[in-house]
Amino acid sequence: MALRADEPLVLGIETSCDETGVGIVRGHTLLADAVASSVDEHARFGGVVPEVASRAHLEAMVPTIERALKEAGVRARDLDGVAVTAGPGLAGALLVGVAAAKAYAYALGKPLYGVNHLASHICVDQLEHGALPEPTMALLVSGGHSALLLAPDITSDVRPLGSTIDDAAGEAFDKVARVLHLGFPGGPVIDRYAREGDPAAIRFPRGLTGSRDPVYDFSFSGLKTAVARWIEARRAAGEEVPVADVAASFQEAVVDVLTRKAVRACADNGVDHLMIGGGVAANTRLRALAARRCEDAGITLRVPRPKLCTDNGAMVAALGAEMMARGRTASSWGLSADSSLPVTETHVPAPQGSHGSHGLHTHDHVHELSKKNLYDS
Amino acid sequence: MLLLALDTATPAVTVALHDGDEVIAESRQVDARRHGELLLPAVDRVLGEAGRTLDAVTGIVVGVGPGPYTGLRVGIVTAATFGAALSVPVHGLCSLDGIAYAAGRAGLEGEFVVATDARRKEVYWARYADARTRVTEPAVDRPADLTEPLAGLTAIGAGAVLYPDAFTDVRADMPEHQYAGALASLAAERLRTGGEFLPDTPLYLRRPDAKVPANYKVVTPQ
Ligand SMILES: [Zn+2]
Repeated sequence: MALRADEPLVLGIETSCDETGVGIVRGHTLLADAVASSVDEHARFGGVVPEVASRAHLEAMVPTIERALKEAGVRARDLDGVAVTAGPGLAGALLVGVAAAKAYAYALGKPLYGVNHLASHICVDQLEHGALPEPTMALLVSGGHSALLLAPDITSDVRPLGSTIDDAAGEAFDKVARVLHLGFPGGPVIDRYAREGDPAAIRFPRGLTGSRDPVYDFSFSGLKTAVARWIEARRAAGEEVPVADVAASFQEAVVDVLTRKAVRACADNGVDHLMIGGGVAANTRLRALAARRCEDAGITLRVPRPKLCTDNGAMVAALGAEMMARGRTASSWGLSADSSLPVTETHVPAPQGSHGSHGLHTHDHVHELSKKNLYDS
Repeated sequence: MLLLALDTATPAVTVALHDGDEVIAESRQVDARRHGELLLPAVDRVLGEAGRTLDAVTGIVVGVGPGPYTGLRVGIVTAATFGAALSVPVHGLCSLDGIAYAAGRAGLEGEFVVATDARRKEVYWARYADARTRVTEPAVDRPADLTEPLAGLTAIGAGAVLYPDAFTDVRADMPEHQYAGALASLAAERLRTGGEFLPDTPLYLRRPDAKVPANYKVVTPQ
């Protein structure tokens, strides 16, 4: 692909969960995707520990920025802008990335774009398959989110159609893996076992698929409990648990509901494209079933390569570059990290009249564990 | 020499510019809950007041704590990123040393202890022979456990003010929180005399809370 010098060269920083990601793009072209993960430090706790993640982000930040610049072969001063995940995500983790992005943009004299993590997951596909069709239908599935989003304009108009009412899809994978003693994170290992198992061996429940249930919302808590009960009953009876069959049947229940609802959303809204993103998009069965169902329904499926589906800085850079290309307002130096940034806020522009540098936004940062103000610890 | 100093280890979000001789601009806002929002605008304001730009800075000075982690990290990651972007050194200083130095300039003499609020009914503290000389490693403890070892010693800082029963001679007229101007002056002095600095990594003093939230990172579109 030919590089066009008039396309914005943007560095993106992502720290919403346990990956410190720094990516560099020029327009729709990926130049670098450097990621430092603290996942191993969380493994023994069976989930992401916020304080451990925040500490790891601070340690990894400068080295990861420098690795990305080297990988892209560009000089910092040649960047046109700096983008950062402003939310949603873990509050303390986001704050490290936002502070770093502000300092970097300010030191380079470049504009800062605080962008939405979910919109970034969608926009990253521009690096893989070119400009997003408008509107785009997106299914985002990860340890933190499960959502169906309709995006007429990824820089300014993203509409939530449905989301999980309890656990995220990736969380269900983690919890089932825990019950099966397969470790953390659960997604890749369940996927691996499922390949050896029979997806029709056990008929696990499909949440929220009744005729009166919300059409686009998801529920994975009941499924997770049903799987745990089934396993415990086997163990109580002294029988061996058929791990591969349980993994395959559980995974089938998840991807069946996800793909069915996503295809339905496309049909209902007259959209002929479906984009799937988030860590669970790396699941091989989800990819296969989505491909088959989309083909049957005449829908074009767009799924980026797995490394771009999980949290990374390139996706943030991709959305930042699109913001610049479309002339969206930059963020102020007072930009906040917002752990519950609504998906409808695709980015956080400077308040009007703030001249991009003094606008302040006030709200409380609440800690994930204690529900106390984040700054109390 | 042009030093940019910043500290977010106490409720004060504070930034100062020091030209090697004196502090030429300083900002200090006490708001324990908005370090992330307040710091960069303060840097911008301080540079503007001094009529300088960031690329004229020859070194960054940062208070590395101890202090509540969330706020502390904002200052340290900002300093580290400035250092990398500008290719200038980042000099870490114990934040308590800045408060001690400010107390010295405010006229405090002799031995004393600096204590700041560590939340969870604890204080961060260190003992000083004088305003420039710390004689213990910074530590975190319950104030009641310090009553005996620090008996008779003058105590300054918000931690001392907060727990007057645990400390003897509490000087509420002395600085409670950090002043980046004091931190910058201390750094300038150490640079001149070849004194030592700390790496730009936080003095956490406590292990992380190793608990996973029941619903970690659940993101529900609204
Ligand atoms: Zn994500």
